[in-house]
Amino acid sequence: MKYIDEYRNAKIAGALVARLARSVTRPCVLMEICGGQTHTLMRYGIPDLLPAEVELVHGPGCPVCVTPVEIIDKALEIAARADVTFVSYGDMLRVPGSREDLYRVKARGGDVRVVYSPTDALKIARTERKRRVVFFGIGFETTAPANAMAAWQARREGLTNFSMLVSQVLVPPAIRLLLESPYNRVQGFIAPGHVCTVMGYRQYEEISREFRVPIVVGGFEPLDLLEAIAMLVAQLEEGRAEVENQYARSVTRAGNQPAQRFMEEVFEVCDHKWRGIGFIPQSGLRLRDEYAAFDAAKVFGLQDRSVEEPAECISAQVLRGLKRPTDCPAFGTRCTPEKPLGAPMVSSEGACAAYYQYRRPTREMQGVAK
Amino acid sequence: MCLAVPGKILELQERDGGRLARVQFGGITRQIRTDFVPEAEVGDFVLVHVGFAISRVNEVEARRTYQLLEEMGLLEEELSGPPEAPAKKV
Amino acid sequence: MSENRKKPVAFSCPVLLPAGEQVLLGHGSGGKLTADLIRNVFLPAFRNAALEKLDDQAILEINGVRLAFTTDSFVVKPLFFPGGDIGSLAVHGTVNDLAMGGAKPLYLSAAFILEEGFPMEDLARVVESLERAAREAAVEVVTGDTKVVEKGSGDGLFINTTGIGVVPEGVRLSADQARPGDAVLLSGTLGEHGIAILAQREGLEFDSTIESDSVALHTLVAAMLAASRQIRCMRDPTRGGLSSALNEIAARSGVGIELREEAIPIREEVKGACELLGLDPLYVANEGKLVAIVAAEAAEALLAAMRAHALGSHAQIIGAVTQAHPRTVVMRTPLGTTRIVDMLSGDQLPRIC
Repeated sequence: MKYIDEYRNAKIAGALVARLARSVTRPCVLMEICGGQTHTLMRYGIPDLLPAEVELVHGPGCPVCVTPVEIIDKALEIAARADVTFVSYGDMLRVPGSREDLYRVKARGGDVRVVYSPTDALKIARTERKRRVVFFGIGFETTAPANAMAAWQARREGLTNFSMLVSQVLVPPAIRLLLESPYNRVQGFIAPGHVCTVMGYRQYEEISREFRVPIVVGGFEPLDLLEAIAMLVAQLEEGRAEVENQYARSVTRAGNQPAQRFMEEVFEVCDHKWRGIGFIPQSGLRLRDEYAAFDAAKVFGLQDRSVEEPAECISAQVLRGLKRPTDCPAFGTRCTPEKPLGAPMVSSEGACAAYYQYRRPTREMQGVAK
Repeated sequence: MCLAVPGKILELQERDGGRLARVQFGGITRQIRTDFVPEAEVGDFVLVHVGFAISRVNEVEARRTYQLLEEMGLLEEELSGPPEAPAKKV
Repeated sequence: MSENRKKPVAFSCPVLLPAGEQVLLGHGSGGKLTADLIRNVFLPAFRNAALEKLDDQAILEINGVRLAFTTDSFVVKPLFFPGGDIGSLAVHGTVNDLAMGGAKPLYLSAAFILEEGFPMEDLARVVESLERAAREAAVEVVTGDTKVVEKGSGDGLFINTTGIGVVPEGVRLSADQARPGDAVLLSGTLGEHGIAILAQREGLEFDSTIESDSVALHTLVAAMLAASRQIRCMRDPTRGGLSSALNEIAARSGVGIELREEAIPIREEVKGACELLGLDPLYVANEGKLVAIVAAEAAEALLAAMRAHALGSHAQIIGAVTQAHPRTVVMRTPLGTTRIVDMLSGDQLPRIC
């Protein structure tokens, strides 16, 4: 497939690795933000190829993992209602709330359906007028324009049986939080290429200047990530701290203006709680007041509750890149994809799930229980 | 996050105020919304996320940067070791 | 004083139920949840040597004749899909389970559970398709059953088929026979059945020419057995995909399996669908493919025999059995690194992340 296969070329990957190995002179800690990038790194075993000096830690780039438990619980409550058809992206189905997940609500008879696109949710609302169709609108900035479009269309068409439960998060505030922490070890960031496709990378230039940190906007195929890592290392070696765009075949500095206009039309920035991290000011999006009739949280009048996370789950530290999934005492034993203690183990993009699914044989021999 | 897949626009159609594209991914096709990439034309490659095109692939830029990668690949091949010594005649 | 109350009966339930759980759709997906269900609920109840082999079929010796015996239920939705329907699938699935034991399939039973209100015309279509598939596979449907359940209690139509066949002398195929050094052969391209079904599903539709690969494999198996008897075991990678089949073999034989990603044949359409929906072809169901573990020295001859057969034209050697990392299936990526190919817990779900 064009623009996919050639970015998995083994010879070029080897060349990038060799060049990287020659250029690095001291240890460095790099972080990729996006769960999709974590997925590729693990699937292709890229950490195994990197020189020992380069340490990769994984950031909170999985909107599934960071969706607050309170919102999952709201989703479960809505989905369990007999008059509701709850429509979601596949990723959310197995994420645990306080007690259960959407999969189990479905098992008990809840009408829970998986879609690929928000337009499919609208289609369901149009054809099943007697059902109250609720769409679980989660995501980072990449997904926000599409989710916005669903709300926008529903309002324009007067689809009164459609509403959206929104949990949208923004990346730059999370990076700032990481960089502001006294425990931060990350010296360079791979910025999420598809988020930047939508938003551009101006926000990252501000961060790079303010914190004097190299940032490279990276793609999602093995060559993209290897190239982005090489570019970050080069910046560190040369004492530079700026934003470079590795993923120029998709990302421009200004980003996608029509998409941004749609987001602006439907959403406004708000404070948001990130599961495993806590409140980050101005880090989320919510539906504007004009869309109140399509805001499932308002339509179903659900109360805000506060929920405690299982004590064993160290997702907070994993999501901040302070610990590896394998540092967690519950990893692979009490916490597995079948019985997850926290979201990063369930979401296919979660660092813990990626580590578990794509772990290398040596971990197995070290006695990580099956 | 953000699984976005590159696909080729095979055809475009106007439909109730919006534009739909038939996009080909490998051997399958799907209707994709092009609301966010209004300048996309038939034959263009677009990156598609949850049924919406979010960017047009900059093919010139892609070719330019990939060529650099290819050259580096070849260069590395040359650098990566002396060529095998020819078998000595006895 | 006489005790005129009955002594309370000591009630002991031999079935260990997973505490506090319900049956989930994932329990039927052929992955870890299914394996748990079998291990925790069914095996403890039915202890016997044949069952505990956990092959696709049971091999039973009766008066010196070795019979293969298997059963399979078909709940596929939609009932009619490109490349087949629940009727043809019901024949192919059971015939293939027999064939994986090396048996020549002979007879099938067919039991129908129909939902009240199911259209007669659809039933006729399914039965016609089942008959045609049976005839093409040279098996006879010799007995059957019909039940009708109230509207709402079933999903249109479920079919169960049970099959018997005869295993030739000297053929001993079982999942516990794999040994380090053996080669892993795959008869053709992965993922067509699962993707053909998915393309019809509401919410995930896309346009494709992919058809289910549903077909009876026993003639391919016969051709392979004629080329060499050094076949350790065969599996048809249905639900749970190639990953489940190989993980089961690795576990039963106590060996490791290493696959080469570049050797695994996948059609462009399947690849495109999987990229779009974020699916891994290794976990997608197939209904017309087999994976065979064979002695290394027999690999080339068997590969040639498979490729000479219409159903094996895209056959490949995709890996080898190893003593490293026992009970684990490992994939060597195009970059030369390795990763574990784990069994999925439940269904594979499309993802946006």
